[in-house]
Amino acid sequence: MAGATRPDDGACVLDTGALEQLIELLRADGYRVVGPQVTDGAIVLGTIAGAGDLPAGITDDQEPGRYRLRQGTSQALFGYAAPAQGWKRFLFAPDETLWRAERTDGGFRCEEEPPAIGRTALLGVRPCDLRAVDILDQVFTRSGVVDRRYQARRAAALIIAVECTQAGGTCFCASMGAGPDIADAANCGADIILTEFLVDAGPLLLARPASARGAELLAGVPGWRAGAADCEAAAEAVKGAARSMGRQMPADVATLVGRSLDHPHWADVAARCLGCGTCTAVCPTCFCSTVEDSTDLAGTTAERRRRWDSCFTLDFSTLHGGPIRSSGAARYRQWLAHKLAHWWEQFGRSGCVGCGRCITWCPVGIDITAEARALAEREGRTDANH
Amino acid sequence: MARSSPPKLAVWKFASCDGCQLSLLDCGEELLAIGVRFEVARFTEASRAVIRGPYDLSLVEGSIATAADVKRIQAVRRQSRWLVSIGACATAGGIQALRNGAAIADMVKAVYPRPDYIDALATVTPIADHVPVDFALHGCPIDRKQLIEVIAAFLEGRKPNIPTHSLCLDCKRAGFVCVLVAGGQPCLGPVTQAGCGVLCPSVGRGCYGCFGPMEAPNPAALRPWLRRSGLDAEAIARLYRTFNAGAAAFRAASNDHD
Repeated sequence: MAGATRPDDGACVLDTGALEQLIELLRADGYRVVGPQVTDGAIVLGTIAGAGDLPAGITDDQEPGRYRLRQGTSQALFGYAAPAQGWKRFLFAPDETLWRAERTDGGFRCEEEPPAIGRTALLGVRPCDLRAVDILDQVFTRSGVVDRRYQARRAAALIIAVECTQAGGTCFCASMGAGPDIADAANCGADIILTEFLVDAGPLLLARPASARGAELLAGVPGWRAGAADCEAAAEAVKGAARSMGRQMPADVATLVGRSLDHPHWADVAARCLGCGTCTAVCPTCFCSTVEDSTDLAGTTAERRRRWDSCFTLDFSTLHGGPIRSSGAARYRQWLAHKLAHWWEQFGRSGCVGCGRCITWCPVGIDITAEARALAEREGRTDANH
Repeated sequence: MARSSPPKLAVWKFASCDGCQLSLLDCGEELLAIGVRFEVARFTEASRAVIRGPYDLSLVEGSIATAADVKRIQAVRRQSRWLVSIGACATAGGIQALRNGAAIADMVKAVYPRPDYIDALATVTPIADHVPVDFALHGCPIDRKQLIEVIAAFLEGRKPNIPTHSLCLDCKRAGFVCVLVAGGQPCLGPVTQAGCGVLCPSVGRGCYGCFGPMEAPNPAALRPWLRRSGLDAEAIARLYRTFNAGAAAFRAASNDHD
């Protein structure tokens, strides 16, 4: 909880004007500042010019397969749950060229396509999404093979996290241990941690440095030293989010899924699942990609592209002869079992951070927590012939 | 790369609007490259000059609607090393297939002043119902970039990169907000094959299914959610009964009942 913050750990309090100055400072320093904003009826992540672009006073209603914005009851800058997309698109491009090859006399010449990398400040990263970035860091940079494109983008990124003071209807970060607070500031991966709390005059932000760079930035903006009352108000606000969490994942989900691989419930989900892959695309930790080689009409240039892929496509598991996961049940089970169970074997942790996006943005509202619960409830009725 | 004898390209038209052939003419600079790499042997929308077969690559537009079409497509197949059906008419029957299931004689009488001039088959069918097709390129009309990809792949003897997954994946990669979830609009994206460049959702409209069913469509799962977006059973049937009405999954979905 933010309540762990002691008034002497460099925490300060910023008002909207000070946040504006922080954004200006970043922009002057060559950062593209990416933050939440209202676009096409949702809170999405995009370049912002100042604090005025943030969705002040806007809140969201999220439920399975449904998302709506509405006017909130306060002028909070961060009074909403997870935005439509995660932050992975800024670190792991959805579609990019890796290299091109030109035909030469008697051979060919390859040239790596340098990734478009600029200093990027990610403003408004929620605890669940911060955990997701750490998971991606592990997958792409701490698991043996280093993905240099990811690594370069990550190194150029500065993260300003925002603890959650309002949970959405599909949120379940608390049961994944990924929020709504940031417990371990020093190792969370952010540079600055903000916690919004409201006073009569409007929203205030408790700002805690989480890296040397973050401390340096905060020293340059006109905040005031946080007092015990500020820290307490912020902590209370976060506790409110923990209490209003819309959903919960069963505690033993990893082992539950692991022992339910022949469960008849997979077929039940498959009947409702569109197999469209939306859950994997909106998931902030799904990291699968496919590589495509193509050639131009002239036959002189080839290029290799990398695109986000999904375990819900048939091509994903196609070997010679066809896909090894040809049924919808097998594909859904693959996704859920990897995310919740096999991730532990692969990376020593869960692949789910409880952001709830797969629930909200599933066009038919399939709820990963409900499916996990159904596995538990129907345990003992497994059908080995399935 | 110069070749001693460039491959021969032929473009064929059956029952169709010509829009997919126009996609080829609309290729701009790429059309020049096609002219360099191929001997354009038969493309009557572009030139009256016809060079005799056999052809290395035949692009076939349109559906099979008459007995004469049946004979002609077999002749085309015999002369073609590689045959690619292009567009919703060729791959699913097109809007003509809307008449499938109705009595052809009554329909001809209702439409034409001289029904005796019309010699149409009882059903309209895609090319693959009549001859083996080497590759089917979906869309109404087809996407120009996808067409170029198929042609470039043919030239190098590689598999074309034409994904058959849902439109949703392309929509999410592009970062658009879901018109169904956030907008409550009916959208066929989850059951439709990608490839159009996410045209409709990019302007805040639901997908009309121009590219036909995706690889493993589940319209039954989408149905209650289309109802929730305000469509009644007839409106849902109409949503599926457009360019790809003849595609099996969409035909079944349009006949589905609550």
